[in-house]
Amino acid sequence: MKLERFYGILIPILSIILGMVVGAIVMLAGGYNPVDGFDQLFYGIFGEPYSIGETLRAAAPLIFAGLAVAFAFRTGLFNIGVEGQVLVGWMVAVWIGIEFDLPTAIHLPLALIGAGLAGALWASIPGILKAKFHVHEVITSIMMNYIALYVTNDILRHVIGIENERTESVKESASLASPFLQELTDFSRLHNGIFIAVLAALVFWFILWKTTLGYELRAVGFNKSAAEYAGMGVNKNIVLSFVISGVFAGLAGAMEGLGTFQNMTLNASFTGVGFDGIAVALLGANNPIGVVLAALLFAGLNIGGLSMQQIGIPPELIKIIIAFIIIFVASGYAIRLLIEKFTVKKPEDKKVKGADK
Amino acid sequence: MKKKSLLALAATGLAMSSVLAACGGNDDSKDSSGGDEKAGFKVGMVTDTGGVDDKSFNQSAWEGIQKFGKDNDLKEGTGYKYLQSAKQSDYQPNLQQLARAKYDLILGIGFLMAEDIGKVADQFKDNNFALVDMVVDKPNVASIVFKENEGSFLVGVVAGLTTKSDKVGFVGGVNSDLIKKFESGFKAGVKAVNPKADIEVQYAEDFNAAEKGQAIASGMYGKKVDVIYHAAGGTGQGVFTEAKNRKKNGEDVWVIGVDRDQVEEGMPENVTLTSMVKRVDTAVEQVAKDTKDGNFPAGKVVEFGLKDGGVDIAPSQDNVAKDVLTKVEDFKKQIIAGDIKVPATDDEYKEYEASLK
Repeated sequence: MKLERFYGILIPILSIILGMVVGAIVMLAGGYNPVDGFDQLFYGIFGEPYSIGETLRAAAPLIFAGLAVAFAFRTGLFNIGVEGQVLVGWMVAVWIGIEFDLPTAIHLPLALIGAGLAGALWASIPGILKAKFHVHEVITSIMMNYIALYVTNDILRHVIGIENERTESVKESASLASPFLQELTDFSRLHNGIFIAVLAALVFWFILWKTTLGYELRAVGFNKSAAEYAGMGVNKNIVLSFVISGVFAGLAGAMEGLGTFQNMTLNASFTGVGFDGIAVALLGANNPIGVVLAALLFAGLNIGGLSMQQIGIPPELIKIIIAFIIIFVASGYAIRLLIEKFTVKKPEDKKVKGADK
Repeated sequence: MKKKSLLALAATGLAMSSVLAACGGNDDSKDSSGGDEKAGFKVGMVTDTGGVDDKSFNQSAWEGIQKFGKDNDLKEGTGYKYLQSAKQSDYQPNLQQLARAKYDLILGIGFLMAEDIGKVADQFKDNNFALVDMVVDKPNVASIVFKENEGSFLVGVVAGLTTKSDKVGFVGGVNSDLIKKFESGFKAGVKAVNPKADIEVQYAEDFNAAEKGQAIASGMYGKKVDVIYHAAGGTGQGVFTEAKNRKKNGEDVWVIGVDRDQVEEGMPENVTLTSMVKRVDTAVEQVAKDTKDGNFPAGKVVEFGLKDGGVDIAPSQDNVAKDVLTKVEDFKKQIIAGDIKVPATDDEYKEYEASLK
């Protein structure tokens, strides 16, 4: 047991160090000083209140997107359409934020609910197609991304209205912005959404592990046939899983629309939030705490990576370095196997492993 | 077990990075990002999501900064540099970075950055900022804009003298003050040399709809228009497509390009008559020079016209007749001398038209 705990700490440290070593080699090959490079990276994440604020700001939508992917995954479904659901959620949140004039206590929740429902509606299409006609959800959800991208752009242009390629700002009563958090972090764009994101991780855990619905959803994920044999409505659960996943995704859009930007811009291409969400979910092992931590890691590397440009490292190289670090973090299990190969195996070690699952 | 170790790993990763940051970051990071303070003038630009090699605004601005840097013996990386934005949400952190590193002039490229530059300028009142292509009214921001109407006048002269049917066309992106400058200048140029010419004007209400551009162009060419000037970004690509199709069928039609030398867009059918270019590089270089000499145009709108080389007719003029080019030179001199005041709005154009009679 002691050895286990030791491994639990050692392996992540080792994977990060290995990732950084490869990153350092990349920097050396590019003619840059790796010490300066990593110095900038960490400074860019933790160096100032501003950068901490921006890291947390960037984490909020990633947490939601990660939860969305992870939720569907627990039911054995790949929701690759998070990106599209983010876009429709973002749009509806901004639309409600602009159109209505209500007190904050009603306006903000309304905008959030609207974003969640929009995401749910968008996600229900691949869900229903899968349940009714066995159309593979990967194909449909990817295609729904493209539809979302261009449909939202068109609605922004012709219904909501844009000036200089963006909508007007949402009313203050619908905004997630927090002057307190902004001041605390030296005027980063950190907003209250981060609290909602953490709350959402709790809700995620509660639905899946504390309710009958969650039990059924997970049962379908473990073994569809067995779940059906046990009398669970597999098709109903598939649609439900997509719908709830879509709510999380839609809220990720609300984080951007009501928090970071306070408006929506015409998107020439995807935002990337939904796709990063896939990596965040898998890195976090589809577990709510894991997703939150993985989102923080992603956000930190993205924001920290920006400051690596400060010493002249080109953005393309920075992306490569970050990718290596993430690959190594994700391959922690492989590193564990390697360590075990080189150490004497103890029989009780195996037992603990089995019991844990 | 796999699940748990991954999770722990992410957690430790974050914890560890903070430790590393604590030991490595604080003491010298600020200095290294700031460079040596006594090295003198520092100018930095933040690209929009197009990146520094977008063959358009960003690239042109960077070329201007590079030229300024070389002329003033600055070193790339410490004296002048660019930060690239991968996402819209990167604009603010990137602008902040340069502001914290005490850059003497911080340039934002493209109007999409207007809001971000306004916010950062409010927080860093001691830094000088400049925005290309849009006006931001802050005491420490210079707005760099162009007199597109003057450049458009010259290509209007070309169109008015080249047309055989006495019918020319103008295709605008979105009906706005900015594009009206192109339209008014162009119409004035045509009327100055060919008072009996008909000018068809149509707006696509979209900068990225090539198919609309093509439909509009098809309608215009169908009505015997033989020269079309487009100020419509991506929508203009459709104008080129339509012109090329018609040229293949033996029709004698032309397109006048915009923003940069669009001779290649007209190939291989060779339909680009000439182009109206906006010299972002010249403008950026000029503002950097002024700032270095202590003449930062604080809170001002700096307009670049023919006189300052901010707009001009493109160097590709092989398709334009010699005597037409002489006329163009003649008008250019008159505009620079102030003898002709080129209209920039509908009202100014009406006045101008009346003055011709």
